[in-house]
Amino acid sequence: MTATTSFNHRHLLALEQLTRDEIHYILDQADIYAAHANAGRLKHSVLNGTLVAQLFFENSTRTRSSFGLAARRLGADTLDFSPSSSSISKGESFIDTAQNLVAMGAKVLVVRHSVPGTPQLLTQYTDASVVNAGDGAHEHPTQALLDLMTIRQRKGRIEGLTVALVGDILHSRVARSNIWALRKLGARVILCGPPTLVSDRWTTLGCEVRHHLDAILPEVDVVNVLRIQFERQRSALFPSVAEYFELYGMTQRRIEMGRDDLLLLAPGPINRGVELTPEVADGPNSAILDQVTNGLAVRMAVLGLVQGHAAAPLEF
Amino acid sequence: MAKLTLIRGGRVIDPSQNLDEMVDLWLEGNRVLGTEPIPGAVPDRTIDATGLIVCPGLIDVHVHLREPGNEEDETIATGADAALAGGWTTIVSMPNTRPPIDTPAAVEFVILQAKRAGKAIVLPSACVSKNRAGEELAELGKLYEAGAVAFTDDGAPISHAGLMRRALEYSRMFDVPIFQHCQVNELTAGAVMNEGDVSLRLGLIGMPPVAEEIMVARDIMLAELTGGHVHIQHLSTARSVELVREGKARGVRVSAEACPHHISLTDENLAKFDSNFKMNPPLRTARDVEAVIQGIVDGTIDLIATDHAPHSPEKKNRELDQAPFGILGLETMLPIVRQTLIEPALMTWPEVIAKLTIEPAKLIRVEQYKGHLKPGAEASVTLIDPDRAWTIDVADFRSKSINTPYQGWSVQGRAVATIVCGEVRYLLDPHRETMMA
Repeated sequence: MTATTSFNHRHLLALEQLTRDEIHYILDQADIYAAHANAGRLKHSVLNGTLVAQLFFENSTRTRSSFGLAARRLGADTLDFSPSSSSISKGESFIDTAQNLVAMGAKVLVVRHSVPGTPQLLTQYTDASVVNAGDGAHEHPTQALLDLMTIRQRKGRIEGLTVALVGDILHSRVARSNIWALRKLGARVILCGPPTLVSDRWTTLGCEVRHHLDAILPEVDVVNVLRIQFERQRSALFPSVAEYFELYGMTQRRIEMGRDDLLLLAPGPINRGVELTPEVADGPNSAILDQVTNGLAVRMAVLGLVQGHAAAPLEF
Repeated sequence: MAKLTLIRGGRVIDPSQNLDEMVDLWLEGNRVLGTEPIPGAVPDRTIDATGLIVCPGLIDVHVHLREPGNEEDETIATGADAALAGGWTTIVSMPNTRPPIDTPAAVEFVILQAKRAGKAIVLPSACVSKNRAGEELAELGKLYEAGAVAFTDDGAPISHAGLMRRALEYSRMFDVPIFQHCQVNELTAGAVMNEGDVSLRLGLIGMPPVAEEIMVARDIMLAELTGGHVHIQHLSTARSVELVREGKARGVRVSAEACPHHISLTDENLAKFDSNFKMNPPLRTARDVEAVIQGIVDGTIDLIATDHAPHSPEKKNRELDQAPFGILGLETMLPIVRQTLIEPALMTWPEVIAKLTIEPAKLIRVEQYKGHLKPGAEASVTLIDPDRAWTIDVADFRSKSINTPYQGWSVQGRAVATIVCGEVRYLLDPHRETMMA
């Protein structure tokens, strides 16, 4: 946890591509920004005058505002691009759109897209740094980083913990990024959901696959409850929401089946009553709002690092 | 008097007659004269084939030419020109154009456009179903009379088992094969690549291999039931190879083709999300590649075809989900096949050339005059420099599109002259040709 390796990438596309030390380094940087914030130092100057453009080709509320705020906290100018108010509806390709934003001076492109690999594709067409803010079912690196930051905060470590990812693994970019990062950092990862959403093939990523949530609850330190991605469901992969909730919904009863210090994460937006009950979401085991807070610090760290800037050290 | 052409000093390979000798080959007009010396004859043209393989003109039974309807991707002229550069003298065009080739007039249009272009010979295939809709049989008899050499709804499978049965039965009277693109659509919705470890990692929707194999199995059974000839296009999985092998062993009239990309690339190539590796059937696993190669080697797979599928850059260079399926193949087949089959000593040049000449000729029932160099055959000849080193570069392509996965590859083996019906229509090394005054 005291990794000193620096981060030498111009882009953040996928946690699959990062080393354990690089992931720890980003988390350490995020911890520094969080500590600054706790000490009342909210504004930084590492990206003064830098233009950060956000290209969100898919809906988002918290990731988008989190990145935007992170950029401004670092002193950057931000430019927000949304397809509804854009040329995409006039048929312009996303590559043209990105190139136009770079022509306006954008040095960092924060990209969300429904198609896997799209941020990586953009790196071939622009000189700007590309930060993946979620590409289809592929990866969502900053979400996984903020999950890890939260786990590290609450548990003091990642290595040796057992983390369960529950729900729609198949369609989840959050799951994939979490799996890469957790495995690299030495956690045991259990994937839990119906076989239509978690096939045995997932064991190739070094995970265990289980289908009965009740059976795994006593052995886990952390449960990360993934959202059912209704927008990505191609065909009925489970019979009904009611049946899903019955089998995988995080209820107070299930919280009580787990360890006392069971840590509950959810990437949001949560479907209350589908993945978890309101009392669980707002209960003492839940770190859902910490995740949001940490997301800001993680994104500040990432935006700085892809431009070659580390956080200012804390003064004691 | 017809002009005499002498192709001198080459290694003449004609698998149809087990010929592999250093001999001269004589052409007279648009016919092959033979390899016997002709006392006193003075050629009008001499081609120096020293160091080259001289073989029957290559025949590709699976080519998309996009005309009519998508001339921004390819035209009959540009596609047939690309064919020449790849060593092909005859190509079979697929009917999934706009409109589709489902009428005699459309078949004749393709033939006429190819004649106007004067490049490789284009033999059209025509639709199995009206409007390629997969519902009613097209007028197969009229299409055959107009010149169609095969029936296929390629690009899409003939999903309806009853229609496939009728097509196999009805086409028997013309002795024309049904080319089938094997894919159970219900198992491939939204898919962009092979379903497997790689698709799972990349978060991309995959097509399970069984989506192909179920239809291969079904159609072999339907061919068995009807006595019709089913030709499995672009076979890509290990189990498909086994199914064809079993079918042939039972005496079913089934044949199969494999594409260069399915024996040289795997689904791991998708890791960079480059749409130049997106085609249908998709790139499979290393295990499948090995099995398809084995199928080619042991004869289960009859021939090699490219599935040349041009798409303009503005369509192809897109998000992976939105880019269309398909890659170019005509201009890169020879070096890829050399690297995959000949370099590792799995096959010899004569064995490979059989799968590019006499085998495809038999499939489309033109072996009387194409696919070999017996006296009287069509004077279509390909000269190959088997060891010529070159770098694949889209800037040199004759195709109108550039969607190749092989850009920048350093390769060996290239067609250096392509002769169609006695005319030298492609010549990479002009110094090899001498005309008599």
